[in-house]
Amino acid sequence: MANSSKTSAGFSSPRSDTFPAGLRVLVVDDDVTWLKILEKMLKKCSYEVTTCGLAREALYLLRERKDGFDIVISDVNMPDMDGFKLLEYVGLEMDLPVIMMSVDGETSRVMKGVQHGACDYLLKPIRMKELRNIWQHVLRKKMQEARDAGNNDLDQYDEVWMLGGAELLSGKKRKDFENKDDEKEMSDSRFGDPSSMKKARVFWTVDLHQKFVKAVNQIGFDKVGPKKILDLMGVPWLTRENVASHLQKYRLYLTRLQKEDEAKASFCGMKHQDVSSKETSSLTLQNPVDVCTDVANDKYGGVSGDKEIAQNGKSNICENKVKGVVSMPAAEPRSVVGDSFDSQTAGSKIGLNDSFRLVNTDVKNAKVPAPYCSTGEAPQPQYKQDFKPHFQSANGSSHQPLPVVSHQIPVDRTQPTCFLNHVPSREESDRYPDTDNKPSYFKNKSEGVGKFSPIQSTANLFQPVSHQQTNFHTLEQMPSTTWCATSHNVVSHPQSSQGNLTLRSGSIVASLGEDMCGASIQGECFLANNGLQNIEQFDYNDPQSISGVPTCLYDTLRFDHEYPYPYPIDSLEGIVMDQGLFIV
Amino acid sequence: MERNNHLRRQVANLRQSLFDQGYLDDQFIELEELQDDANPNFVEEIVTLFYKDSARLIHSIDQALEKQPLDFTKLDNYMHQFKGSSSSIGAKKVKIECTQFSEYWRAGNVEGCKRTFQQLKREYVVLRKKLEVYFQSARQAGPTETMSCRPN
Repeated sequence: MANSSKTSAGFSSPRSDTFPAGLRVLVVDDDVTWLKILEKMLKKCSYEVTTCGLAREALYLLRERKDGFDIVISDVNMPDMDGFKLLEYVGLEMDLPVIMMSVDGETSRVMKGVQHGACDYLLKPIRMKELRNIWQHVLRKKMQEARDAGNNDLDQYDEVWMLGGAELLSGKKRKDFENKDDEKEMSDSRFGDPSSMKKARVFWTVDLHQKFVKAVNQIGFDKVGPKKILDLMGVPWLTRENVASHLQKYRLYLTRLQKEDEAKASFCGMKHQDVSSKETSSLTLQNPVDVCTDVANDKYGGVSGDKEIAQNGKSNICENKVKGVVSMPAAEPRSVVGDSFDSQTAGSKIGLNDSFRLVNTDVKNAKVPAPYCSTGEAPQPQYKQDFKPHFQSANGSSHQPLPVVSHQIPVDRTQPTCFLNHVPSREESDRYPDTDNKPSYFKNKSEGVGKFSPIQSTANLFQPVSHQQTNFHTLEQMPSTTWCATSHNVVSHPQSSQGNLTLRSGSIVASLGEDMCGASIQGECFLANNGLQNIEQFDYNDPQSISGVPTCLYDTLRFDHEYPYPYPIDSLEGIVMDQGLFIV
Repeated sequence: MERNNHLRRQVANLRQSLFDQGYLDDQFIELEELQDDANPNFVEEIVTLFYKDSARLIHSIDQALEKQPLDFTKLDNYMHQFKGSSSSIGAKKVKIECTQFSEYWRAGNVEGCKRTFQQLKREYVVLRKKLEVYFQSARQAGPTETMSCRPN
């Protein structure tokens, strides 16, 4: 079924059996020479190659042929659009793995690429053996998605629902399932929703997205569902599928931000142990049942939480994790790392996230001065103090503090979707402020973990909005100036102190900031100096502005020089429809 | 036959000298390995493409260096692009000049930059001529097995 629809959609080749042969690669580079070399190399690897000389053109192509590509390879420096920007768009809209390439191997640039979500960063001159291996990124992504989906009950989202773990692992493309025809067919049979019959492409403009966010806020994350959002948004032409898919992407987007945080967190770790940032970020992909990664996690945990691990040993993974978590709100700003423990013990993750968010919230609300979060050895007592008061005053009830972050973090592994109450996590939250309780807490925790971990994380996922007014969704309604002031203090730090130990709290706020930019006042770029601005726009951008953009000076220049491009300058569409610029 | 063998040996020597004298690096070999039945003249096509494309850049950099005041961002972008481009054919000497340029650039030594760029252009032209000669004699000698031998 998948294959036939693929063929009908024009992206042929029976791919599931021959993976990675037939991998659909989009190459974006303004350098024609490299474009041609890369095309040849990729073809030699039996990949299906599409080349593209302009970033905007690439974006157009990607939007036009949604699910027409498996992976994108993009140059960093392009005249019409920063490669990092493209990376962001692709990450948010298509959620494809993107490999960045550049002749410049400066750590800061590579770092930037990784932080923006690049799955790899290749240095020119690129060798064929490097390209031969790129399928691993595609597979890794599939596996992660499958894992995410596997954590949950069937859900109202087509995409998630369609992700069958085993099939994905065998190399079948999720894209196959998403193909329009299939989608129609499947959603019909499943939901009997006639509106899905005419599934049109939707461009999520800023307006539309804001309506979406507003609806999500109104409903509350614990109850959110595409249908409800759709009703609230009141946009007649929008279908439930449109909303569902956007919601999905929205979560993935939050997930990605979270991953960036983790990458930053791992940076701290690198100072102490030889864990490369790549390695650590891939840890976030860990399989809940994958013991190996857990071992890695332990190592990872040791990075920041040496103490905890030493104390408790590795015999019980759950326990370990729990410890990491507990230590965090208590006093260890650096044990951020605990974060990557999540998938096994969602419960512990929750505690962790929540505590962090609480800290963040405090930081934000109190407008704590910048230095507060700039060093690895942040004043520990302060965290504690902040934590408790906030806990009570802001929420009044013990289980409310949970919400906020969990929204961002759990998303990571759990696309998902079951909305259950989070009584257990409330229990946790009751406990974790209390450091002295550690031992008993651990026990409870690890017992509980087995029982409700996936549920908890999802429960939390949707918790936020309904409870906390400072949640970033609702922050949208805050006066932007307030936010600016605070975000400036906090956000700029994780960026500027990349080389140093980056506080977890700092980086969470950073991603919060990113969200804020996007969700609220897009276009008003107040985070001027933190390098995060790139992220502001992606989803919310008006697509028209992209596809219709006139070719810039540079391009004109280029075309003046008799390029072997078989198309006229101003017909971007012509370019785009061309499977490859070079017919070989 | 005898003559043909002689020609081939000449071509091989010519090629080897480009490596020995530091004009080319391994990337050139990488290109040679990409050459196949589908693209029997792949290396030459790529080199031609590179010279066509980079002429524009050279011109732009030339102009940008003349301008007062210097547009630093623009120049930086151009140079970056040029460096990336010259890495595509393994133009070793050209790349070295690029690196030198960047060093002067970082140090704020504009004079050094200008001087380096003149040198860069010379290397750029010299390499083109050498490659032209090489490709021409390779064509005359016909297909040869020595083509894809790594130096050393």
